[in-house]
Amino acid sequence: MTTVPLFDCRDAWVDTLVELAESDDRIVAVVNDSVGSSKLGPFQDRFPDRLINVGIAEQDMVGVGAGLANGGKVAFVSAAACFLTARAMEQIKVDAAYSNNHMVLVGQSPGMAYGELGPTHHSIEDLAWLRAIPGLTVIVPSDPEETAQAVRWAAQHDGPVFLRVSRMGVPAVNPDGYTFVPGRAVTLREGNDVTIIATGTVVTRALDAARLLEQDGIDARVLSMPTIKPLDHDAVLAAARDTGGIVTVEEALTSGLGGAVAETVVRHAPVPMRFVGVSDAFAPTGSIGWLLDHFGINAEGVAEAARELVAR
Amino acid sequence: MNVETDEDLVPAVDSAAHAVGDLPVMGRIPAGASRDDAVAHLREAARLVRRRDIQMVRAAGLGHIGGEFSVIDTLVTLYLGVANISPETVADPERDRIVLSKGHAAAALYTTLAIAGFIPPQELSTFMQPQAMLNGHPARTKIDAVEASTGPLGHGLPIAVGMAFAGRLDGSSRRTFVVTGDGEMQEGSNWEALMTAGNHRLSNLCVVIDRNRLQQGARVEDTNDLEPLTDKLRAFGFEVHDVDGHDHGALLDAFAQVPSASGKPTAVVAHTLKGHPISFMSNNVAWHHKVPTQEQVELALTELEKS
Repeated sequence: MTTVPLFDCRDAWVDTLVELAESDDRIVAVVNDSVGSSKLGPFQDRFPDRLINVGIAEQDMVGVGAGLANGGKVAFVSAAACFLTARAMEQIKVDAAYSNNHMVLVGQSPGMAYGELGPTHHSIEDLAWLRAIPGLTVIVPSDPEETAQAVRWAAQHDGPVFLRVSRMGVPAVNPDGYTFVPGRAVTLREGNDVTIIATGTVVTRALDAARLLEQDGIDARVLSMPTIKPLDHDAVLAAARDTGGIVTVEEALTSGLGGAVAETVVRHAPVPMRFVGVSDAFAPTGSIGWLLDHFGINAEGVAEAARELVAR
Repeated sequence: MNVETDEDLVPAVDSAAHAVGDLPVMGRIPAGASRDDAVAHLREAARLVRRRDIQMVRAAGLGHIGGEFSVIDTLVTLYLGVANISPETVADPERDRIVLSKGHAAAALYTTLAIAGFIPPQELSTFMQPQAMLNGHPARTKIDAVEASTGPLGHGLPIAVGMAFAGRLDGSSRRTFVVTGDGEMQEGSNWEALMTAGNHRLSNLCVVIDRNRLQQGARVEDTNDLEPLTDKLRAFGFEVHDVDGHDHGALLDAFAQVPSASGKPTAVVAHTLKGHPISFMSNNVAWHHKVPTQEQVELALTELEKS
């Protein structure tokens, strides 16, 4: 078996931001002493005046981003997702979303990427919290190419965006020639027995699960959902009607992607569902790899959930 | 006539009807006006804004009259006398910015925007009505002249710091003025922002603290005291001006020193009275968001005639 290369999506994030900033002087980065964790060193070297470091002050950081938007700048406010979202939630709600400011909130190392550092440093609540906020686009890229395209899209989109950028190594999962479109799911595998809808870092695990299911004679459809908001309602409903059962997979509380999909399914095409992710729990101590296995956010866990649906 | 009040602070008034005309659009201090004429322009504008404000609160049955009457002189001075903005330049990138961080004083802001010509005076009668652009707290998506949506405290100052950074990045001389309450300075986000502004020497930034010494439930000093406030602001890297926040001439003098010669950001501590200058409201914590009776409105209007 050949080794599949894994990528840290932060590299795609910073390379794209520097590339954009070369020709778009509106672009500014705002950080909370998070240059290193955001891999923004190259940006700081190239555009020292356009990197504003407010120190460890997340409410100030997001407010500053909104003020920059008022001045015609496009602020990429980049910090560990756990601190950015939880500490500055009211600023995200009011200064970014309610104010409809063009600014990009970049949640770095989300989910359980910080592993052993524990639940204080995990950001598994972000998708559930942020999808509740009107007008906020919530993007969860699954690989480097999608990350790069999402950064480019967010730089041009005249509104507030939350962008989850992972550090956990992921393979390229999207097809050649892929184009990121908010609100459009990507069909990575056709199938009519059951549908697996995954987002972000764990899309690759959904594909692994589909291969396991194939050995059982189960033909699973795999959708990658790059935006939790807007959600691709059409793809979700087609999956419900065509396959009769949906498993959602996320490195987050299941009230994120899972909740969003369930709301659509229940309203328009009720089918049985299973939710793979973290359900109402703070994680125990463990590495990211160990934690994903612990919560069953892996190929076998996803496959088992799918088998339950098919067996009904 | 008996006047209903929780505090029994309102003397009986022989109620005479006060004709209330639409608010005139006075606009900015005329070019070339003498200092006396400039101050007279602001004083008259503030009087008219207070007249209209109290009627708006009465009509809506909601509002924050105490903190509105304390900050009106600051707002009128900024919009009509200091900031380089006008209805014609409301979208000009080079305009000065004004942010009302104490968004609960929305009626004061709207009335000031109306007398300055940014919104039609007749719009004021829609304050807090269904679908009105005049929400209970100002929203930038509803009114062009509102630079930032505020209401939850501690938001305007960080946003103003971002505006000041944007001006610096543009090499612009435009200035940013942000008006906070004094109780609001209990919010930690404000001190994060003050530290950023001081360390980055954002000389194009001016923070005005409406120092009325009362917050919603009690005196600031009895809640979580700010003192020594000016020492703290200086320690955070600000030029600090202590002024009488109801003295338009003193406010003009303080704002004229922005940007500071020292390169530091400026803080103006505007010493005010909540409910000023109405006898039964002034410096009375009960009037944070109390709604006046019609008799109280008429008494206040009578007092404003004489102010």
